[in-house]
Order: sequence, then C-alpha cells, then structure tokens
Amino acid sequence: MISAPHLHAGPTSRRMMLSVVVCLLPAGLWAVVRYGPPALYVLLASIAASLLTELAIAALAFRRFTLGDGSAALTGLLIGFTLPPAVPLYVPIAAAVFAIAVVKMTFGGLGRNWMNPALGGRVFVMFSWPVFFHASPAAGRADSLLRWIWNGTPGAIGDVSATLLVLGSVYLFVRRIIRWETPAAFIGSFSLAVWAFAGLPHGFFRGDLPLYLLTGGLLLGALYQATDPVTSPLTRVGRLVFGAGCGLLAFLVRRFGPYAEGVAPAVVFMNMLVPLINRLTRRAAC
Amino acid sequence: MLNLRDNPLLLYALGICPALAVSTRVDNALVMGLLVLVVLMGTTLVMAALEPVLPEALRLPLALVAAAGLVTAGDLFLRTYLPGLREGLGIYVQLVAVNCLLVGRTETGRRRLSEAAPEAFGQGAGFCLGLLLVALVREVLGAGTISLFPVGSFSGTLRIGGLAEQPVRILLLAPGAFLVLGYLAALYNRSRS
Repeated sequence: MISAPHLHAGPTSRRMMLSVVVCLLPAGLWAVVRYGPPALYVLLASIAASLLTELAIAALAFRRFTLGDGSAALTGLLIGFTLPPAVPLYVPIAAAVFAIAVVKMTFGGLGRNWMNPALGGRVFVMFSWPVFFHASPAAGRADSLLRWIWNGTPGAIGDVSATLLVLGSVYLFVRRIIRWETPAAFIGSFSLAVWAFAGLPHGFFRGDLPLYLLTGGLLLGALYQATDPVTSPLTRVGRLVFGAGCGLLAFLVRRFGPYAEGVAPAVVFMNMLVPLINRLTRRAAC
Repeated sequence: MLNLRDNPLLLYALGICPALAVSTRVDNALVMGLLVLVVLMGTTLVMAALEPVLPEALRLPLALVAAAGLVTAGDLFLRTYLPGLREGLGIYVQLVAVNCLLVGRTETGRRRLSEAAPEAFGQGAGFCLGLLLVALVREVLGAGTISLFPVGSFSGTLRIGGLAEQPVRILLLAPGAFLVLGYLAALYNRSRS
C-alpha cells in the first residue's frame, strides 16, 4: 500500500507549487488586463486570505511555519481564478478561509487533505452565494471562434484565456509536474458527452463542442485542478478513471444542473473516490 | 446519576438524524429537543415501572411501543398548539420513537427508577442543549436570523444586520449540518480533555 507522502524523488513540493504558480501567471495577468482592477482585487484577496489563514492555523495548531512550501499561495491563486471578477471581496476571502482551514488544515495540512482545497472553497461559496454564479460563463455563442481563442471568453477570472492556460501547462507536462492521464481522460470524456448529449432535446451527436470546451472552467479544472498530486490517484489507470469520471460529471452538472459551471463539484466529488480508485487499481502499472 | 457532561449528541453522536435535519431554526430545535427529553423521560419511567415483571426479550419491543405512544401524544399536542412549527418538523417528530438515543438507553442504560430517571434527564437535556447549539450556529450564520416564539409585540424572529442580507447559505443546507456538528463535537471533545 502506498502511503503519504506521495511526492517522491525529483521535484520538491515547493518547486512544484511555484512552477504551477508561474505557469498560471500569464493567464492571470491577461485577466487583469481584460477585467481591470476588480479581477486584481479578487486575486489579491483570495491569496492574502489563504496565506494568513495558513499562517495562523499552522502557528496555533501545529507550531510550524508552512508558507514556505508555496501550497497556500497556489491555493489562493486558484481560488481567485475560479471566481467571477465582479464578486464582492468577502466571497474570495470566505472561499480561501474555508479552503485552508476546513479542507486542508483540519485534515493535517499539505498532503493529507482528500479534497482539492481551492475547489472545496469554490464549492463552498458557490452554494452559499449562488447569486454571483448563475450567469457567469458563456451566456451565448461569440461571433467568431478565432476571437474567442485570442481574446478570451466571458466567465471566471481564470477562464479568460484558453490559449494561455494551455501554453502554461505545456511546461508542467514537460517537467512531469502534471501527468497526462487525468487531463486527457477529463477532456476526452467531457468532449464525448458534450458531442453526444449536449444537443438534446434536438437530437444526439449535435453538441456545440467549442462552446463547451473553450468557455467555463473546463481547461483550468482539467489541467491545473484535477491534476493536484495530493487529491488524484497514484496509478495510471486510476488517473484515467478519475479523469473520465470528472469529465462526465462536469458535463452533467453544467448541462442539466442549475449552475452555470460544473467542473468544481465534479472534481470535488471524484476526489472523494480517490482512495477507492487507488485501492482498486493498485496492481496496475504505476 | 445526573450527568450533563457526557453530551450524547456531541460526544457519542447519538440522535444525529433529527439533529442534522431540524437544526436549521432555533425554534424547531428547541421543540424537537424538548420532545426528545419528554419521550425519553416518559419511556424510562414506564420501563422502570414494568421492570420487575418484564421478560428480558420484551424490553426493547415494549420500550418502542411506549415511545411510539408518547410520540403520538406529543405529535397531537404540537398539531393542536403549535401547528406552524409542527409543519416545519415534518417526519422527524414520528422518527423520535425510534431515536437511537432512546434505543441505546433501553439497551444499556440503568434500570432502577432512582438511577434511571436522573440519567435519562441528563441525556435528554444534554441532547436538547447540543441541538440548540447546532441550530443557533447554523441559523445565525446560514440565515442571519434567530427564530424564537412570538410574545406580545415581539414578532418571534431576531434579524442580525449584515448577515441577514447575504448569509452563508450553505450552512442551512445538508453539508452545513455536518460541518457545524463536526466542528462543535471536535471543540467539545477538546474542551473536555
């Protein structure tokens, strides 16, 4: 049985976290350019709240300083990325405090949480203040696909540019900080489900694939959030199963649920199954 | 003996089914807690009276029958005098009859009246207080209000400015019940040790 810590030789957790932060920065900067100061305030609020919460709890409960591993900063940044730029600042702060205090530190800190902290925080605020989340991504089809790819799409801060998110992830793939199985299965099963069922009730296999792939949190979730090494399976087969489940659930919530976006609840739900997936796929090649 | 420190809800997680379900409002929680207290006390008294003549195998079935009778009486009382609140409690009033607190008491609790009555009172009161605490946290944070009972010119609901406009609504939903109960139990256990 493979047990914690899951991070083996090679990159330390600090290097991994900082690499992800750096790869996310272009998309973040572009969002600030596009949305102006409100996006910056949301990002700063979520990062600051996340760092302060981690600092306080680590000092009080564990008598340790844990900001050095960079995971709290990354969590804060990812929370900001999943929120629309126009939310009041108590939303990113509440999401960050919940993510760090409840999802992460209650279970013992980095490497011991079963749920992705950033997505846990996002789900917490989504159910608490749904009014800010109903209309976020992709109200309608943009005039041209090219403009979407270049200019970005409406929605949460991190959804603004599919191009920059994909470019940032290339480095992470090359360094094997994120593994290909989870994003491939995630995007694959999501695309299949969209192609087959999103066109209902007009008929099967008529889904609007670019709309579903390029708008909303799919790329951010598949590339940066579902790939969190702490909360995704340890085996290759396990990661494929995990990603496929995420994609299918994300499609179901987005297409048929009351919310505009389905990635966060889908990944959080699949996080719950990770220990089971690990156990069932233990004998498969890692 | 009377023991209010071993809170059945926060320490043993007994009776969490109604505690999770009806703790969205303080008035609901108070009525539910009192109902459990009354049924627990009543069942204990009946069982203590029957103890000398009762075969062991019949203890649990008879305790459930006694509890069901008391719950039905309580249900009729609530329907008559507090119909609005009774509506809000739903199926959970009837479910008090098979509350695990009650089954646990019958199975493992003390049997002599002089010991059983204070013990049952302690458990019932402890459950009532625990439930009130959970409901207070959930309603204040999740709705920004405190629902009490209308008296004279007081409408029965306290509003907390600021929170009532944009409350943390998830705490009123099912996950909020588990979160609040879990953290209260953790704090309670920590404060005891």
